[in-house]
Amino acid sequence: MEQRTSRASNQSSSRTPVIQLENVSKQYGFKTAVDQLNLTIYEGEVFGLLGPNGAGKTTTILMLLGLIEPSQGKATVLGIDATRHPLQVKKHVGYLPDDVGFYEDLTGRENLRLTARLNGLSEEEADEAAQTLLQRVGLEEAADQKAGTYSRGMRQRLGLADTLIKRPKIIVLDEPTLGIDPEGVRAFLSLIRTLSAEEGITVLLSSHHLHQVQAICDRVGLFIDGRLLAVGTIAELAHNLFKDAPYQLKVEADPLDDTLLATLQKLPGITAIERLSSTAARLLAREHVAPFVAEAIIQHHSKLYTLESSAIGLDEIYHRYFEGREGA
Amino acid sequence: MNRAREVLLKKEIADHIHSWRFNILIALIALTATASMVTVAQTIRDVLAKASDQPFGEVFVFLQMLTASNGRLPSFLAFVTFLAPLLGIAMTFDAISSERQKGTLLRLLAQPLYRDDIILAKWLSSLFVMTVFFLALGFFVIGLGILIFGLPPSFEEVLRIVVFLVVTALYVAVWMSLGILFSLVFRQGATSVLAALAMWLFFTLFYPMIVDVVAPVKQTGTPDEIFSSIAWHQGLSRLSPATIYDEATTTLLTPSVRALGPLSLEQLVGAIPTPLPFLESLLLIWPQIVGLLAMSVILFAISFTLFMRQDIRSTRA
Repeated sequence: MEQRTSRASNQSSSRTPVIQLENVSKQYGFKTAVDQLNLTIYEGEVFGLLGPNGAGKTTTILMLLGLIEPSQGKATVLGIDATRHPLQVKKHVGYLPDDVGFYEDLTGRENLRLTARLNGLSEEEADEAAQTLLQRVGLEEAADQKAGTYSRGMRQRLGLADTLIKRPKIIVLDEPTLGIDPEGVRAFLSLIRTLSAEEGITVLLSSHHLHQVQAICDRVGLFIDGRLLAVGTIAELAHNLFKDAPYQLKVEADPLDDTLLATLQKLPGITAIERLSSTAARLLAREHVAPFVAEAIIQHHSKLYTLESSAIGLDEIYHRYFEGREGA
Repeated sequence: MNRAREVLLKKEIADHIHSWRFNILIALIALTATASMVTVAQTIRDVLAKASDQPFGEVFVFLQMLTASNGRLPSFLAFVTFLAPLLGIAMTFDAISSERQKGTLLRLLAQPLYRDDIILAKWLSSLFVMTVFFLALGFFVIGLGILIFGLPPSFEEVLRIVVFLVVTALYVAVWMSLGILFSLVFRQGATSVLAALAMWLFFTLFYPMIVDVVAPVKQTGTPDEIFSSIAWHQGLSRLSPATIYDEATTTLLTPSVRALGPLSLEQLVGAIPTPLPFLESLLLIWPQIVGLLAMSVILFAISFTLFMRQDIRSTRA
């Protein structure tokens, strides 16, 4: 464990931070949207900003782009003060809003070309860049259709091309997979992963879809009520949170009555039990207790259908944080 | 001018030229105005005979053609006065709100450009396209006149018509600025266009009536009382861009108009009823021109500040 921590810190010091938020807060009247946020994102990583709707994710992103002025604190992107020099920042940061819109009576290609021209590319460069990116996101066939005819998934892919056309160093994706079908989501996420790997682009992705974040992010930040509750790799988060109970067991048995659950609770090493349905429960344990659980169930004359041990995932981490918050 | 603004400006101009809304309205204005002018031109002899109670100076055939009506159709001037604000409103009422609703505003703002580039591009592009249209319409009408009469307009007539077109563009600019302001204030394009049309109806139809009620021109009383009532009436009327435009165009296209305020008998005695030279007419309406300019700039300045201050989050409907 020690080894891993030191490697992680080595990694951080050798990498250059590209996004730095220092004590950033944003108040709207009496409502605090973002509260004392400190966050550093390093070059080349895929960072997932995770949190429920209204947690302040979009506000944070807009502050990074200089589109919202923080009430306190400082947002630095690529060494540039985002609040004071938003133009410099926006030259290097591509942003895909959660409900990206295009000029519907222009074709996909024309929309891309316009963005390219706004970023200072010449006509020829814009044509070339648009063509390359349309191929890359798989829209070359629909390139000359009006953007108004595009489906949600196509719009999102066009949006990705649109953020890439300025050759950004960082791309910020706000809920990029909202409303796309599962297969589309998979393709979209793998495209982001490839881009990050091949071009060394830093990706900041905000989402409330845990599994998507888990699938592609190097590190995640849990964002709830304007506050960043935890930052780290998923393994780190799991380790920190579930120090006392790193094992998880899913049990299905019939009958699974309360007396049986009480017996299980008394087993050494079990820290928590959560009933999932009338015949299923989830156990958290300090040690590998599966044999004892099985024994207890059989002694209780119940039929054991499933006994499954699993690693702690984002779901549990997320859930745990919410639990803690509701308790507090 | 920076590059991003130039790119946006080009895009906006192209948008206007391709939009159905703009094309329908300019077709409407061009057709009605031309029809009116042609019918007048065909009966120009009667019109001129009626106008010949002015024994001195030049007879301005081309100006007559624009201002006279043959009784069946309103004059060219009347059509332009009535329809031009509609064009201004139609071009701008959803300038910002449509970008907002389609989600393109946020995408635009994420590009390296200043916020003012967007609103300036909107304003300047509409102004440019509209001015070009009115100049084109004016020259087209002059050309038609030459065909019908077989004689060219005098230099002064051309000058007066061109200035009239520029003043028209200024007047439409006021309505465009109002349209942009409403496109910022109202989220929905429909609300915005209704509000703008309400303003248009108010200023062109109701405002003169209201002024008549609030500050009637006294027919009796001491000269001072009468003068002061006229001053009040005029002062209030001139708060409306429609009144100001009316005064300016009347003076420009009817050179025999010598004053816009009251004239006493003393001032009239011994005056020779000749048309005013062009520069004198221009001098007479200079305050009107400045007034129109000021209205449009003030309205735009309000929109500008509003747009700069608007939180980007609130731009999402």
